[in-house]
Amino acid sequence: MSHSPKTLFDKIWDAHVVKQSEGYPDVLFIDRHFIHEVTSPQAFDGLRKRGVKVFNPDRTTATADHNVPTKDQHLPIKEALSRHQVETLRKNCAEFGVNLYDLGHPFQGIVHIIGPELGLTLPGMTIVCGDSHTSTHGAFGNIAFGIGTSEVEQVLATQCVLQYKPKRMRIEINGKLQRGVLAKDIILYVISKISASGATGYFVEYAGDAITSLSMEARMTICNMSIEMGARGGLIAPDETTFNYIKGRQFAPKGEQFDRLVEQWRHLKTDPGATYDEVLTYDAADIGPMITYGTNPGMGIKVTDRIPTVAELKDISEQTSFKKSLEYMGLEAGSQLLGKSVDYVFIGSCTNARIEDLRLVAQIVKGKKKAANVEVWVVPGSKQVEQQARKEGLDKIFEEAGFELRSPGCSACLGMNEDKIPAGKYCISTSNRNFEGRQGPKSRTFLASPLSAAAAAITGKVTDVRELV
Amino acid sequence: MSKEKFTTLKSAAVPLPIENIDTDQIIPARFLKATTREGFGENLFRDWRYDSDGKPKADFVLNNPTYTGKILVAGKNFGCGSSREHAAWAIYDAGFRVVVSSFFADIFKNNALNNALLPVQVSDAFLKKILDTVAKNPKSTVTVDLQNQKVVLEDGSSESFDINAYKKTCLTNGYDDIDYLLSLRGEIKQFELTH
Repeated sequence: MSHSPKTLFDKIWDAHVVKQSEGYPDVLFIDRHFIHEVTSPQAFDGLRKRGVKVFNPDRTTATADHNVPTKDQHLPIKEALSRHQVETLRKNCAEFGVNLYDLGHPFQGIVHIIGPELGLTLPGMTIVCGDSHTSTHGAFGNIAFGIGTSEVEQVLATQCVLQYKPKRMRIEINGKLQRGVLAKDIILYVISKISASGATGYFVEYAGDAITSLSMEARMTICNMSIEMGARGGLIAPDETTFNYIKGRQFAPKGEQFDRLVEQWRHLKTDPGATYDEVLTYDAADIGPMITYGTNPGMGIKVTDRIPTVAELKDISEQTSFKKSLEYMGLEAGSQLLGKSVDYVFIGSCTNARIEDLRLVAQIVKGKKKAANVEVWVVPGSKQVEQQARKEGLDKIFEEAGFELRSPGCSACLGMNEDKIPAGKYCISTSNRNFEGRQGPKSRTFLASPLSAAAAAITGKVTDVRELV
Repeated sequence: MSKEKFTTLKSAAVPLPIENIDTDQIIPARFLKATTREGFGENLFRDWRYDSDGKPKADFVLNNPTYTGKILVAGKNFGCGSSREHAAWAIYDAGFRVVVSSFFADIFKNNALNNALLPVQVSDAFLKKILDTVAKNPKSTVTVDLQNQKVVLEDGSSESFDINAYKKTCLTNGYDDIDYLLSLRGEIKQFELTH
């Protein structure tokens, strides 16, 4: 009997289908569920209304991240609505027996940063969270995707979601990256090529030697932004880098059990001959430090390039959006961003707030001072990242440079708490979205890598980081 | 828990011919602090609809009394960005029951379907036709017939749209995914034991 070759995505999906019936979506079993304060309260309310308990509380982990202050976290949250939301999470977790890493807990942090660092995120799993950047976890070779609150309720009540299987896309990056080019640049480059909706309806597998040579943290940056091209998620086949990262983490399997699992995880790869619905291949050498100029993550260019003109747009139907975008950003079509003065630098978010990101930033700024015209916020992704940064003395480097090292949370990535970029100001940001008003009403965002953000912090303007490294 | 049933809707349409409308525009993050599903309609398209002092902007379509109706017609890639279901709640809460676009982001589409808000995907050409028709006559009605999966304009022109059979049944009858999943709890428990 011959088995038809399968993609990694299909292998994991098929192993989690509880029930498949004609005309119905698949009933997909979920191994790991993460929740936070913003998208869970209405789901818990639903359980109460139905008189239903959480199906298996051990499979859900909660933290407070979206709506928490990044200063004075030991004090009660000042803003009443935010405080109420975090208190509601506390109450719900206590009532339904869900483990919560609350403010002040040494494991608290951005949900997509703590999952991997605690060893809760493992290869071969299905993982969901009421947050679109759940795709981050896919870096470990699992199926991880964001869901809405109704689906959060489905998972709490039944440990399953109803889903139609997406199509499969393979994105291969081959070759050697240029100096000063990071994972963030790779993914911004890909999104600029295929647009903010280029992978809608697909689940992406990233491959190629430019991907497999990346660290786990860099792989997470890539998978994190899968949703920014419309994909439900993205994954990378696990390998030695993956196993080494997981080994010894707080909740990771230990000893013999770990070794046994590693043997199983080694089979988590796409079979030779398996087919994808779409395959895209790029040359790593063509990727430069990237920056976005518009109001969706697909509007990106190499930092040394010009903003396109209307005539240069690939898609004529995008013209209205393009003009509206540039007007919002206060930029001219056809002009250069290089040298453009910035007001804020935000180093943070589930995309780029892990320890390696902070180390890269520290490398650039060590012994230097920030430019007088910028304010710089460094918001670590988790309590553990913050502790590690202090242990390595990165806090001193930041302090001497005039940067502000804050406490963990989503912060200015979405401006839900008080960390907002003021109207009209330009922020070079390591986060994932440059939507209108994303970082605060009328704020203007340039998405870039931690190195590019650090370079801008020193020079006070959009800079080609290769001039500094 | 049963939801509102959807069969056929005949209504004037509200045009918003902008592409890539993301969920941060539909409902900015700073308005996601409520712990219930109601009331988000007030802040639908908040920063396009109101100035920084909270005064309605006269040039935004929702502030223009000429345009009324329960059908929102928007440019392609509607609902991209975050998974916040608050986006679907806000649109529903503001009185809309259908969003027509030539392309929807995946998570938004699921969220809408889970909340009795019907996402109707039409061709670029038909989208343009609807927008042109509404521009000429804002009172002109659009009929969305879920049973026959058709959008019909006053001049009789129409286009069919896709919806999967399961979701169609749910919307038509006001069924809820969780009721279906709860009926499978036994099977799921069994699966978990052997998984």
